[in-house]
Amino acid sequence: MVRDNEEPGDETWTGTRSRTREQRLAQVFVELADTLVAQFDVIDFMHTLVDRSVELLGVDAAGLMLSDQRGQLRVVASSTESARLAEVYELQNSEGPCLDCFHSGQQVVNLDQDQMRSRWPRFAAQTFDLGFRAAHALPMRLREDVIGAVNLFSTTGVPLSADDVAVGQAMTDVATIGLLQERVGRQKDVLAEQLQTALHSRILIEQAKGVLAERSRISVDDAFMAMRSYARKQGRTLTSVATAVIDRTVQPSELQLAGPARRTSRVGSATNEV
Amino acid sequence: MTAVAAARAEQILTHLMDAHPSPADGDLPQRLVTMCADQVPVTGAGIIVMTDAGPGAMLASTDGPARTMEELQFTLGEGPCVDASTSGRPVLQPELARTAPARWPGFADGALAAGVRAVFALPLQVGGIRVGVLDLYRDVEGNLDDGELAEALAFADAATSVLLHLQAKTSPDGATRLVAMVEHRAEVHQATGMVSVQAATGLTEALVLLRAHAYAAERPIADVARDVVIRRLRFDLEVDRHG
Repeated sequence: MVRDNEEPGDETWTGTRSRTREQRLAQVFVELADTLVAQFDVIDFMHTLVDRSVELLGVDAAGLMLSDQRGQLRVVASSTESARLAEVYELQNSEGPCLDCFHSGQQVVNLDQDQMRSRWPRFAAQTFDLGFRAAHALPMRLREDVIGAVNLFSTTGVPLSADDVAVGQAMTDVATIGLLQERVGRQKDVLAEQLQTALHSRILIEQAKGVLAERSRISVDDAFMAMRSYARKQGRTLTSVATAVIDRTVQPSELQLAGPARRTSRVGSATNEV
Repeated sequence: MTAVAAARAEQILTHLMDAHPSPADGDLPQRLVTMCADQVPVTGAGIIVMTDAGPGAMLASTDGPARTMEELQFTLGEGPCVDASTSGRPVLQPELARTAPARWPGFADGALAAGVRAVFALPLQVGGIRVGVLDLYRDVEGNLDDGELAEALAFADAATSVLLHLQAKTSPDGATRLVAMVEHRAEVHQATGMVSVQAATGLTEALVLLRAHAYAAERPIADVARDVVIRRLRFDLEVDRHG
């Protein structure tokens, strides 16, 4: 396989940096819509949403939590391990923007560091330790139904503009409709099953990252990039590519050629990066 | 909001360990299905161990129809449990008489004759690791509502831990603590993938190796996993396995 055309996924954005956000935004909505009508893979869709949030909203990391039927939130997708940890801390401490957002159904954005400290002392301390200086949350809500929230993390603490918030909320709304639509499409209350399947897809992808990282001697982050690029090129879901990596029906050589220009292996980046 | 989401599975495991003064590990599956049939509105429950070749062994069941259901699938190699294991998704059959005959003719005959009217087969898995199936049945038709299904899924998570625990016990240096496996940190699953390549083994065995190492070293599995991910720790004899 030859790298001859531009990546349709994660990497487009270096190529489109010069274009206006409106153009890129249009592409992203097309991408989200495509995901909805083609084979729907919840985990893939959630990853797309968090990655595009990072790309378009001027934040450094994003994560997504969905509620189970007991009203407990679960981390379903995160753009980086740091974002995932911040969300896990939030759940462990039962405090943070995502929880407030989920319970109120309202956006929680642009609190300064003092406000964060006084409102969520433990969450703020741990999040600052991870290198973040601001955390925002947007509700995943359809009318009275709040099914989760998107967390946005910034290392600079530069506030979100009104446009950023509007764009972020619009993407979140599309994702919410997509998720609810999938539940309806399968004719019954399948929230528990959808969540369960998403969680296992996430684990499967982590396991596949490990398999590929070890076989190719690259970092787990690079392994993830390679799998995503390959999935997009082949029009396959991330979950199916991860399964193929684990089953060894896709070889590392195919994946690496499909991937972005090889970056130097950042060993341990999964846990160290911010 | 009570802390993290695997809380219910942890509760179930704790209850299983605490309910009996000196729990023999071999009883765990049986106690789990009994507790499950008690907590979830179903008539009976069973656990089947699955292998790549199909149903591997019947591990536990609460009653006759649950056992019959397992035996049928074991013998015929078809049925909701087999499909749940293959697909990695729950197979929910609230009206067995209507939906099963076309899909699994052999299984449907036997199960209906045994009085089974609804079946819910839940895969026991940790991502790509598939160890078995928890199957629940009802003697009347009808669905589990979302809360009931969630409770059943928590039992499936607990059962997954039990099966992995039992596998670890049968490995050479295998003693491990019974803990919920599903909501571990990402590194644990990444390390599982890496160890499976290093030790040239399946994901299940790789996870067992990680857990056994953590137990022997008296370290949290997340720490051991992190060492694997940052390549400070390997699980092979320095065999070079470039991909």
